[in-house]
Amino acid sequence: MLKFILRRIVIMIPQLFLLSILVFLLAKAMPGDALTGRLANNPKMDAQTLAEMKEKLGLNDPPYVQYVRWIKNLMQGDLGISYIHQQPVTDLLSERIGNTLLLSACILILSYIIAIPLGIVSGRWTNSLADKLIVGYSYLSFATPLFIFALLMLFVFGFILGWFPTGGSVNIQVEKGTVDYYISKINHLILPSLSGALLSTVGTIQYLRNEIIDTKIKDFVKTARAKGVPESRIYSRHILRNSFLPIAAFLGYEITGLIGGSIFLESIFSYPGIGQLFLQSIMQRDYSVITALVMISGLATLLGTLLSDIILSAVDPRIRIE
Amino acid sequence: MSKQPILQIENLRVSFRIHDEYYAAVDGVSLTVNENEVVAIVGESGCGKSALALSIMGLHPLERTKLEGTIAFKGKNLLPLSVPQLNQIRGKDIGMIFQDPLTALNPLMSVGRQIEESMDYHTKLSSSAKRQRTLELLKRVGIPNPEKTYDRYPHELSGGMRQRIVIAIAIACEPSLIIADEPTTALDVTIQAQIMGLLKELQQQMKTGIILITHDLGVVAEMADRVAVMYAGEIVELADVNTLFSRPLHPYTRSLLHSIPSVQTRKEKLHVIQGIVPSLQKLPRTGCRFKSRISWIDESEHEKNPILREVAPGHWVRCTCYKNFYFPQDNIGDMNYGIS
Ligand SMILES: Nc1ncnc2c1ncn2[C@@H]1O[C@H](COP(=O)(O)OP(=O)(O)OP(=O)(O)O)[C@@H](O)[C@H]1O
Ligand SMILES: [Mg+2]
Repeated sequence: MLKFILRRIVIMIPQLFLLSILVFLLAKAMPGDALTGRLANNPKMDAQTLAEMKEKLGLNDPPYVQYVRWIKNLMQGDLGISYIHQQPVTDLLSERIGNTLLLSACILILSYIIAIPLGIVSGRWTNSLADKLIVGYSYLSFATPLFIFALLMLFVFGFILGWFPTGGSVNIQVEKGTVDYYISKINHLILPSLSGALLSTVGTIQYLRNEIIDTKIKDFVKTARAKGVPESRIYSRHILRNSFLPIAAFLGYEITGLIGGSIFLESIFSYPGIGQLFLQSIMQRDYSVITALVMISGLATLLGTLLSDIILSAVDPRIRIE
Repeated sequence: MSKQPILQIENLRVSFRIHDEYYAAVDGVSLTVNENEVVAIVGESGCGKSALALSIMGLHPLERTKLEGTIAFKGKNLLPLSVPQLNQIRGKDIGMIFQDPLTALNPLMSVGRQIEESMDYHTKLSSSAKRQRTLELLKRVGIPNPEKTYDRYPHELSGGMRQRIVIAIAIACEPSLIIADEPTTALDVTIQAQIMGLLKELQQQMKTGIILITHDLGVVAEMADRVAVMYAGEIVELADVNTLFSRPLHPYTRSLLHSIPSVQTRKEKLHVIQGIVPSLQKLPRTGCRFKSRISWIDESEHEKNPILREVAPGHWVRCTCYKNFYFPQDNIGDMNYGIS
């Protein structure tokens, strides 16, 4: 098992390397460079200083030299300096990565809490009224764009009803570490995570429903019934365990979806995470931040797939990792 | 020595709903299984054998199936029972062996646990006692190295081994009746013989009644005490095994016996019954259901409403058409199926 994980991590290295080339080329291909963003703040800078700065930043070097420099720093954990925020990218990210992880975990957990019972009801009592309502909801949630739904949630529960804060990740007036601080944190999480969760249930519900429908007519379920196993146990021990396999396998891929979703959610709820930072950085051409974030999400996606494989091998005896 | 009947099926009708209408797959079947008796049910694909077998333990999808008649197990009618009531009997008094050992076992549960599971609900044994008993069962069904196999998962075992596990599940609580629905069809020939040998041995040790559904007339000859021949949802002939093989009467039975390749017929054209069993929706519901497949027999030879009639003690035949029916090469006496 450990050997397998190590091997997979080793395979990741060339994948990440490829990604880094792609990211670098894209960054170069985009109009402007690291200085453009800076200039926007300081239009009065003269040509002399500009040329000096360009030289100092190494922007006149051939691209491969720039790439090697960038990747070298990257491997040492130096993600460069944000020209907009005037601080190391690592510092900038470390503040926000925790927030994004927290939000994503909340969305994932909430989405499973909503989707799993609904999927079970839907699959077990197919064509019942409950099933029809659930399927209706899942289609509706599939068709609703996240940013519109999130805006609506923010408008209704944040502005009109005023039940939840409309931005930020915590009330900055409360002292860090106190109970109030954590309550405030949770309070700030509720709206964005609920918005994300309510719209990300469709995959889990549909998968689970179809799996249950497929599994409940399988021969081994008949064998279990012929043994006299009570119906509730037929579901918990035989049908559901088999139906959860693809859901578990999907968990890793959900992470990829969350990264995409966090861009909208964090921006709409002014939640200081890496998704919000990403959108800001694109608009301000903050290249070092963009490249760092793309690399991080690439890494997260790869780790997600690895996680899926590990989970699958843990729950399915037919897949054993040596 | 008269044997006690353990299962008495009376006028059973099993209908499935297809597009808001019910169609009978088993129609008016009456059959008794006595203690320690092996009753074989034969008939071609789609004639309702499995539908009959599954109805005994109520394993059909409730919402689409209608069951009429009575199925009395040890004198108690099973049809009106609720699922929790049936669960008291399933696996404890009646065991079931399914056709395909590749799909009949839960892929995510160790085979030992799957055998043990029925003891969870039917016995009060401690978990170590259950494990002990499971190991004994594994040994009994001929699994080498029970200790190791206990923790194996189905995919780690061969088809023959899995079918032994399925058998161990069926006999785990020493049922007085076993329903075996084509227990060897999915296995290759040498394994088939081993599994049938095992079943026979277990049946003799445990004195269980068995309903044995099979396509294999060789197996019937070897194992069965009595044989019911089904066609299109009905029993068309019922007799003890010797009578059935030596004096088959119904045209369908006779064509079945003719369609076994034997050494003598190998060089000749294999006899195949013309036509197939009609689909459930197109099944003839009146008159002799076999009529269309022996169309050269005159209409007047058939009964209007054929019933199963006892033509000799213990030998039942449906319809009168058998009286004037013969195959061109009908020479049953020449065929020897190894009945002792
Ligand atoms: N649950 C069901 N719903 C609808 N029709 C069914 C159902 N189960 C069986 N049938 C139909 O009933 C008829 C009898 O099927 P059954 O499975 O009993 O045949 P069988 O004699 O066991 O055949 P085989 O030898 O192929 O196993 C077939 O026409 C089949 O399509
Ligand atoms: Mg069948």
